[in-house]
Parts: sequence; C-alpha cells; structure tokens
Amino acid sequence: MNNYHPLERKSRGRVALAVLGGLMAVLGATFFRLQVLRATDYAMTAEDNRLRRIDLPAPRGTIYDRNGRIVAENVPGYAVTLLPAPLDSLESSLGKLAPIMEFTDEDVERLMDRARRERGLPLMVDGDASFEKVSQLEERSSDFPRLVIDLRPRRQYYGGSAVGHVTGYIGEITEEELDSEEFSDRIRYDQGVVVGKTGVEKQYEATLQGTPGTRYVEVDARGRIVGNFFGTDDNIPARPGQAIQLALDLELQEFIHEIFPDSLSGAVVALDPADGSVLALYSAPSFDPNEFVGGISPARWRELNDPDLTPLYNRAVLGRFAPASTWKLASAAIALDLGVVQPDERMDVPCTGAFTYGNRTARCWNRDGHGDVTLLEAVQHSCDVYFYQLGLRVGLQRLLDEATEIGFSRECGIDLPQENPGIFPRGPEYWERVWGYTPREGEVLNLAIGQGPNQQTPLKMAQFYAAIARDGSAPAPRLFTQGPAPEGWELNLSPEALETMREGLRRVTAPGGTAYLSSLEYWDLMGKTGTGQNPLSVRGLAEDHAWFAGMAGPRGQTPEIVVVVLVEYGGGGSAVAAPIMAKAADFYLRRKYDIEISPVQTLREHLMVGPWPAWAPTLPPARNPVTPRPPAPRTDTATASPERQPGGGYR
Amino acid sequence: MSGLLRRWALDPTLVALVALLSLLGLAMIYSAGQTRFPDPVVVEAWRRQAVWLALGLVAFTVVSRITVRWLEWVAVPAYVIALVLLAATLVVGTGAGTAAGTKSWIVLGPLRFQPAEPAKLATILVLARYLALRGGAPSSLRDLLVPGTLVAAPLALVMLQPDLGTAQAFMGILFATLFWAGTPLPLLLLLASPLPALILAYDNTVWGVYVVLVIIALYLWRYRLYFYESVAVVLANFAAGTIARPLWDSLATYQQNRLLVFLDPQVDPRGAGYHLIQSMVAVGNGGLSGKGFLAGTQKRFDFLPEQHTDFIFSVVGEELGFIGVAFALFAFGLLLARLVRLAEDTSDPFAGLVLLGIFGAWTVHIFVNIGMTVGLVPVTGIPLPFVSYGGSFLLMSWVATAVAVRVAHEDERAVA
Repeated sequence: MNNYHPLERKSRGRVALAVLGGLMAVLGATFFRLQVLRATDYAMTAEDNRLRRIDLPAPRGTIYDRNGRIVAENVPGYAVTLLPAPLDSLESSLGKLAPIMEFTDEDVERLMDRARRERGLPLMVDGDASFEKVSQLEERSSDFPRLVIDLRPRRQYYGGSAVGHVTGYIGEITEEELDSEEFSDRIRYDQGVVVGKTGVEKQYEATLQGTPGTRYVEVDARGRIVGNFFGTDDNIPARPGQAIQLALDLELQEFIHEIFPDSLSGAVVALDPADGSVLALYSAPSFDPNEFVGGISPARWRELNDPDLTPLYNRAVLGRFAPASTWKLASAAIALDLGVVQPDERMDVPCTGAFTYGNRTARCWNRDGHGDVTLLEAVQHSCDVYFYQLGLRVGLQRLLDEATEIGFSRECGIDLPQENPGIFPRGPEYWERVWGYTPREGEVLNLAIGQGPNQQTPLKMAQFYAAIARDGSAPAPRLFTQGPAPEGWELNLSPEALETMREGLRRVTAPGGTAYLSSLEYWDLMGKTGTGQNPLSVRGLAEDHAWFAGMAGPRGQTPEIVVVVLVEYGGGGSAVAAPIMAKAADFYLRRKYDIEISPVQTLREHLMVGPWPAWAPTLPPARNPVTPRPPAPRTDTATASPERQPGGGYR
Repeated sequence: MSGLLRRWALDPTLVALVALLSLLGLAMIYSAGQTRFPDPVVVEAWRRQAVWLALGLVAFTVVSRITVRWLEWVAVPAYVIALVLLAATLVVGTGAGTAAGTKSWIVLGPLRFQPAEPAKLATILVLARYLALRGGAPSSLRDLLVPGTLVAAPLALVMLQPDLGTAQAFMGILFATLFWAGTPLPLLLLLASPLPALILAYDNTVWGVYVVLVIIALYLWRYRLYFYESVAVVLANFAAGTIARPLWDSLATYQQNRLLVFLDPQVDPRGAGYHLIQSMVAVGNGGLSGKGFLAGTQKRFDFLPEQHTDFIFSVVGEELGFIGVAFALFAFGLLLARLVRLAEDTSDPFAGLVLLGIFGAWTVHIFVNIGMTVGLVPVTGIPLPFVSYGGSFLLMSWVATAVAVRVAHEDERAVA
C-alpha cells in the first residue's frame, strides 16, 4: 500500500483543513465577540484608560461694599496638580518640584501623606502658585509629564487685615463639613472644594459658592499627559457664585484699621442709624484673609492662634466686656421708659462723693461729689450717686425685666456665623445659680452704673446707642441688608426723652466734658466714656478696658453714624477710645458731605499743630449752680485724663 | 511579464499572500512606532523591517533555486549545525530587546540572530527526510521513537533558553509531519495525552477522571496497540500527573502568573494580567471598523505591550477593526490552506512532509500569537509570521516560503 497515495493525501488534507478551519473559526468568533458584540464596553474601558478628570473650581461670588468697591474678588491664580501615579514616582516628582516650588522636606512629607490617604486622586501640590513658579514649571514641562497647571480663581481681599473679621477666611472643605447637611450637595461640594470658614464667607457660603466644572485630559499608560480632550459632554465650564453687596464701608473699615493703635487690642463697630446696617466692624489684632488662600502654613496658623493675642477672635461680636458707664444710658432709658424719672428731675440725695444705702456705702467715682444734678448733668458727669438712686427707683426686678426686654442677654442677630449674647441676669435666680444667694434690692446699685453681672459685646452696645440715635427702635445690625433680618426691639421713649439723653452725650464732648478734646470741627459729637474693670485690672495688674460709645452727625441734626470703640486694657475711655471714635465718625461724615479729608481731625490734633481753633468754644455751657467747682477735664474715674502722662501709675 | 513573475515566484498564490502579509506587517510596525512619547527604537523599526524584507526577498530568490535533492542532502548537516548553535546559545547567548531575560540570541559582530529560527527549518527537513525514507506509516510507539527524538533534542535546548513559544512550534512540526506520514490519529492523541494530564494535575479528582478516560480509550483501541504501548501511555500520564506540582513550583513567579492570568486576567490586573487586559481593551476598542490606521488610542498612549512584536495583532485589531482582523485571518487561512493544497498535489513524500512541517510550525505561531492577544491562549513570547517585527524571523519565514514553493514546484515539474 502506498502511504502517500493521492487518495490518502486527499483525505489527510481534508483533516488538516478541517483542523485549520476550526482554529480560524475560534479566532474569528473570539474577535467577533470582542469587537462587535462587546465593543462598547471595551471602548469605554479604553476611554477610562486614557481620560483623567480634572475639576475646575468655580469662582466665588464677588463681595462689594456699600459704595460698589470690591472687598473680595477672584483674580487668576494657578493650581499645580500631579496626576495619580505610583507613590515612589510621585515622591521623585515632588523631589524634582521642590527646588522650583520652594518646598521644604516637611512640605514634601505632608504632600506624600495626602497622596497616601487619597490614592488614585489627583494631588494638588499648590493651590496658589505664583506666576514665576508656574512659568518655570512650564519651561521644564517635559520633566514633569504628570503635572497639570490649571488657571484657578484665586480669592483676593483688597482690604487685607482691615476686613479679615468681616469677610472671614476660606479653606478647603473638611471631612466633617462634607458629612454635614449644609454641604450635602455633591455637585458643588466635594473633596478639595474651597468653602468659607468664618465671617461673611461662611455666612453667605451658599450664595457665594459657584458650581464647579470639569474637564478631561488624555494620558498615556504611564500617566503622562497627552493633551486636552474635547469629545465628551462631560466637559462642563464652572459656574461662578453670586455676588453680594455689603452695607460695609470699605474705606471707613480701612481707616479704622489704620488709626487703631497697633500695640493695642480691641474692637470698633460703626452702624448707620438710618437702618442699623453695619458700616464697619473691626477687631484688633486682625488677620489677613489673603494668607489663607491656597492653604495657610502650619507655622502661621500657630501664630494666629496665639493664646494671648488671638487675632482670629472677633472681639466685636464675641468679646464680652463690662460696659461700665456706657451702660448708664441704658439705666436712664429704662427709668424714662417706666416714667420713674423726668429729664430735668433731681434726685433726693445730692452727690457728695458717696451714697449710703442700708448699712453699706457706695462711692461715686468723684469723691468730691457732683452736687445736686439733673439727669442730663448726671449723664454728662457720669454721676454714680444719681444713678444709684435712679436704680432704686426702678427697682431690681423691673431693671432686670427691662434690660432683658432690650436684649442685653441676647445676641443682636448680626449676619455672621458666630455672635456671643451679652451676659445679663434675666431674673433673681441668676444670683442663686451663679453665687448661691438671693439678691437683695441693693444689687440694683451696681447694675445701674453698668457694674455687676453685666458683660456686653461692642456690637450690642452699638445697637443700643443706635436706638438712642434713632427714635428708640433698634433694628438688628446687618452686613448684607438684602438678606432676611431678625426683629430688633424698641424703647418706648418720647422724642424729648431721647433728645435729653443725646444732649447729655453731647455735653461729654463740650467744653468741660470728659471727651472735649475729641470734639470735631464740622460735626456734633455725642458719646459716653466707660472704664470697664477686668480680672487683671481689679488686681491692679493691668489697665481697665476703655470704652467710648457715641454718635455724630451734622450740627443740630440727628446723628448719622454710631460708633462704639473698645480698647482692651486701654485705661480711661476718653484717652484712647474717644479719639478713635471721633476720627472714624469724622472720616465717614466728611466723605459723606464731600468735605476734604484731613489728618487733623479732633480738637486735640488741632491743638498739637496750631493755635486754638476758632470753631471750638472755650467756655463750658451753663454749669450746675450747686457745684461751684471750676471746670476741669474729667474722666469717669480717676484712672485717666487726657493730660495723664503715659506710664503713669494705676490708681 | 506575468510569466517572469511566475517563474520567479514558482507559486504566485502563496508568494502573493506572504508578500501581502509582509506589507501589512510593515504598515502595522510603522503604526506601532507612532506613539505620543515615541521610543526611537520602535519608531525606526519599520525601516529595519523593510531592509530585512528586502533580504528576505533575496533569500527567497536564491533558496527557491536550490533543488529538492540538495535540500534533502543538506538536511542532516543543517540539523547538526542547528543543534550545535542551539547548545551554544546556552553558553554565549544573550537576551535582546523585548526578550531580554532569555538566552536566544547569538551575536557575531554586527550580526545578531536567533538559532531557533533556522533550527525549526532544519528540523522540518530532517524529519521529512527520515519519514520519507522510512516509507510506511508509523504505527507503533516504537515507530515514533526516532522522529520524537529528532524533535525532542532541539525542543529541549529551546526550552532551556527558555523560549516557550518556539517550543510550541516544534510540537506543531512534530504532530503535523507525523500526521502526514500516516500515523493513526488515536496514536497521535495518545501521544499527546500526557500534556493535558500535566495541566489537569492541579486537581487530583479531575486528573483521576482524565486518566480513567485515557485508559478507557486504550481499551477501545486495544487491537491497534501493543500492550507495552498502552502501559507506556498510562505511565506517561501518571508521570505527568506526578511531576506537575514540582514543575509548577520550579517556574518563576512571572511564568506562573502568565498561566494564572490566562484563566482570569483580573488575578493580577496591574502585573501579568495588565498586558492581556490592555490588549483585549485595544481589540475591543477597535470595534467593527477600527479606529483608523495610526489612530489607535490604546497603542498611541502606550497601553499596549510589545506592540511592534508579539502584540502587533492588537494594533491590527484596534486600528483596522473586525473588518481588518477578518481580512488578516482570511489571508493567514488561505496561506495555510495553500500549503495543505500543495502537499495534497505533490507525489513526493519528502515534499509533502516539508510542506506539512511548515504548516504545523506556522499554524502554531499564528494561532497562539493571535489567540493570546484576546486571551484564548496563555501569553507566551511567540511572534506572528511576516507581521511581527523581527529580522531573523522574517528572513527565515521567507526562506521557509522559498523551500515550500521549491519542493512543490519541483515535484509538479517532475510529474509534468
């Protein structure tokens, strides 16, 4: 038999062809399945392979002041981001970036920690890189194939430190915030989004925050960027947040920042009596919100949290201080409201420097006494003995009720994320709770002159003085007047009674008044000094807190600005606090009435640069006939007078 | 003119298919170099491939003039030289390019070649010569001893390099020539039976069932086999099952992973499974009509491994789509079928065996290479004839083509 017979060959050929056909059919079927039946799946995988999503942050809404000046806006900034890569290759990229980005080893380690925690996510190396650094990186872009440089809106605050406590600062959203209800909108809020942390930025976060967009870049197998990708509907531009206009006067705010003594701490609040809106709100020491943009360095953060200086602590709305004599106006208002006293009424006991009630003697700050004074004069001279008796006429319970009614134990309702309520007893149970005894009627003596369990924020005092400047009603102070506002409150005082109180305040800055040297050329200045005791000053370790609460307006007209100044450990109110108040009011009114701004504003400043100005009267108004003592500049206490030498000893 | 071409090609159909596939290869190698971050070696690869193609054409022209009798005569010395060279690679061999870990290359000054390529052709010739001289069909295990040894020698040397891809080609050569020599299919299947046993040994029960099936097959064919043959087959299956575990343990981790990811690429998606997944994604991404020549994104952004050599067909799949793939598979199918057709038509046993040997080698190359790009077979370093980049492989494939057309043509002339 021929093993290679043609018929044998034919049959073997058929077997070989059958095997071949089978193999080819298997290959063909496999490719058909991959390329035709499941092509879409694989096409998507291929896209996922080479497309990396980059979030485009939305610009935050611009913040304007009342005159349309920009308080905070967005300028072009640069974010430097590394696309995901194995950790060792990230580390080497960071090592190469370090000299250009001026990273310390600590910075690199911090970034590596983040990379380890957020594996597979793009790593933002610098949220706010300078143009110089970015141009260096662009030049060497081939060295950094995974580097993305994005134009990213950068928040800029034009007022700097002046506006820090109003605007607050921004920062990257935290895990806790992401979990909270407020930030539950995952389109707007996700990791890496910048949100307001304090101040207006936080208060109006929902308005100011925009909606981020996305774009895609193509990368190769090693994660190197190949180019932009335009072929998807998912490329969405960012939608900026809405702008808001504050009642704030940026220039006034900056002016206050400028004149507030650098070495001192305290707060200044300026309100517009027309509607109670906030013209200025300043707390010293302040901080520059620009430092928080793009992330604040840990070292700087520690500085800002210095327990002695607490620059991040907004003293204007959080700080609580004994209001001292500035509160006497509240006693007067309550007494007038209740009708227990008339504006020209004198008390039963004239002031002889002390007042005896039961078995205790309460002193007036002026040991020589003020004599027999009217309410008006008592306000002018801050006579303690008069107000002791006024307090007794009102009675403890009624004083507590009325003061609570005015809101001295509540917040003002300003549109800021945090505000402390004042401390004031709502009733006698306060004494029982805090000190464990039932108050006797005599407690009213202390309360009537602003002492005792009474601590108020500068903002609260400003709201109260705004009521005096107006018609007795006090709307809640607002930064953004278009927003919803809580209800204010009302003193039921006749216009005459209000005028009496204003007249008393006016006399404080008149010749013979304690703040005469702060009086102004063009405006009626009215105010009340206050010397608030604090734990350190009681023990003689520091000066008292200095208050000056007042208002100013064109002569003979209703006040157009209310300013409250508190200087911590500032001593007497007339020395440091009153000039700040007067200068701030003058600055605001001069601009309002188009009068040239001058660095020489108060009477004291005029006297320092030249002769006695013609506009300042030299004679005091009619004195109280019962007190024949010659007029002399006075302060509420003996601790400070305008002539007091710096460094003088404490009482 | 056409007469001249015909006289040069000897078998215009076969040569036209080979030329077509070579040009497809050139185009795809060019495309493989067009990436976003080009590798200069890959970018220039198509030029070198073109030079080798020219050399291949020259070699084809020369080799196709050599008479069959001389080929028969040269078979034995060529085989001996091939074995010596293969042995030498184990001592002086180097890795190269994408196969840097193996010792497959011999460097002679500026020349670099893989002795495994000529060894395949030499083995085909020597097997064909032996089986043709033997005349009758091998019908017992003893008859398979000599051809088995002739293949086992180079196969063992290639395995030591290690070059698993070429080893598979040797298996293809052995089975194809034995089949053409008339070896009964049951005998071939029993001969092959220890190989599945090796794999199935991962599970004792599965392996046990398999061995029982083999024994049943032996019983059914008991009148066609000597008793000792049956015993040898059973022993071989037992041996395979026994050495499977030590053999597996002796494999390097990367080799184990390659086999494991074949079963499930997701076992090691960032390591051994990565290439397979990315290749399948590329092929699937091509869809019906492909991304277009040069436009494959998987290729462009370096997701494809070895895209100019072993995974060139992934580029074909991504850029030319299923239409291009079907076209290429059809061309390969025609090429292989043409070899079978020529073997059917030749009365010279030597010529037929040579044609089937080439058929066996190329079938393994084509099926395994294309199959591994879509996960049909485990990933082994095996190139695609005429299409993959590789100088000595392209040259030897053209030489094999020359031998194929020569042996077919001479017999045709003799008959005529």
